Amino acid sequence: MQLTKKGNISAALAAATCSLLGLQAHAEVADNSWQIDTALLYYGESDRVQLAEAVINANKDFGDEHIFNGKLVIDTLTGASATGAVAQNNVQTFTRPSGNGQYDIVAGDTPLDDTFKDTRVQLDAQWTQPLWENVRGSTGVHLSKEYDYLSLAVNGSLAKDFNQKNTTLSVGLSYAFDSIDPEGGRPVALSKMVLNNDQFASEEAYQQAFDATRLPGSDDKTTADVLIGLTQVINRRLLMQFNYSFSSVDGYQTDPFKMLSNVDQQGITQNLVYESRPDTRTRHNIYWQSKYAMDNAIADVSYRFSTDDWKIDSHTFDSRLRFKLSENTYIQPHFRYYQQSAAEFYRPFLLDGDPLPQYASADYRLGEMTAYTLGFKYGIDMGNGEELAFRLEYYQQDPKNNGFDQPGALQQLDLFPSIKAVIAQVSYRF
Amino acid sequence: MSKLNKTRLSKISAIILLIQLTGCASLGVQPWERDLLAKDAMALDSEGIDLGLDDHIYFSKEATSGGRAFAGGGCGCN
Repeated sequence: MQLTKKGNISAALAAATCSLLGLQAHAEVADNSWQIDTALLYYGESDRVQLAEAVINANKDFGDEHIFNGKLVIDTLTGASATGAVAQNNVQTFTRPSGNGQYDIVAGDTPLDDTFKDTRVQLDAQWTQPLWENVRGSTGVHLSKEYDYLSLAVNGSLAKDFNQKNTTLSVGLSYAFDSIDPEGGRPVALSKMVLNNDQFASEEAYQQAFDATRLPGSDDKTTADVLIGLTQVINRRLLMQFNYSFSSVDGYQTDPFKMLSNVDQQGITQNLVYESRPDTRTRHNIYWQSKYAMDNAIADVSYRFSTDDWKIDSHTFDSRLRFKLSENTYIQPHFRYYQQSAAEFYRPFLLDGDPLPQYASADYRLGEMTAYTLGFKYGIDMGNGEELAFRLEYYQQDPKNNGFDQPGALQQLDLFPSIKAVIAQVSYRF
Repeated sequence: MSKLNKTRLSKISAIILLIQLTGCASLGVQPWERDLLAKDAMALDSEGIDLGLDDHIYFSKEATSGGRAFAGGGCGCN
């Protein structure tokens, strides 16, 4: 090819210089401008939780790789969530978590608590800059606040480049403090739910009985994370990352809205008991990610193995394949597969007459489960760093019985129903 | 196996080993070979917004979180 215009030669020289310096080639977008990413997400489960979430993310390079990143997330959640109680062949009545009022679940249905209505605000800020030659430092804060829950976190990390920036080793620490103050208080672990069947002499007598199952005030937990990462350029097309992370949680981890049914030998519920989880949890994660550039596509594949001292092991396989449809459009199919084993204290129900265990939860999210996500994203590059994208996905969870015999009536009832959800998202970058 | 063949085999093995070692040492690219790696879409977190939203969903619905990034700093999500 012959360069005919002087401008072309300058551009080519500039591009070549950038390449020699190892700088990224998309320098025509002024680095000192703000890059804003926005997204609207809808997540809807059939008959259960509906979530709408809005995100604004702002990124700016103040020069010499001094980068600020700020993120604001707002979401609202409505709908029903599984309580952990089992379905029955008759109508079941439950006391609301606040103690104010009751709700009924029709025969054969999985008990769901439809009192969930919450708005959450999340703020993140992260600052990254070079510290020494080939060493970057990054530090950030995180805040998430909803009506009955507050989460605060700080993080810091160091990354060092070796081998002409083909290898990057990073070490990061994060410390989070979470506080929960549920409406109506936290249930006393494994206490029986008080039901007002007009057996109380007065409203005060009911309230007294309800309060006896509650702990006053809020409770909290702390989470300390260590993450060690290695990023390696394999060749001109292939990039890999390996992470090991260790997470230690200390404090209140019980879900105050979850319960277990106490059933007799015929599978009939005798009473309901609030769940109880251990105060500590230690987890190890191993994560591997690869990105491979083809001529007209980019493959992104990752695998995560996780194991913790609640005896939950999980495997997550995630893959995205971005096909270039034209100069400015792409389509990206996405497939994710997840599998977890049950926590050692998980049980779908308690058997009446058996001694109460120290810890017990019927939350299906701690039980054996497989899940998959299937969907695609379509993106349009609108020029000048602007991009519009649409994402549509289907997510299904299939909880499983990990070996519990279902007595009597429970054999005919579906105790492990699948959960089906749609994820829809619109994103715009400018 | 004759002595000659043994020597030849050792030489071939040594050459293969040397090629493999060179291969390991030359893992990576020269700065002017970063044309594909420098693409935005090749960044490991090129879809940070999507990944953040997904992390929130799966954190709320499954028992495992973290791995790609820190697991802490949660929410009371149901």
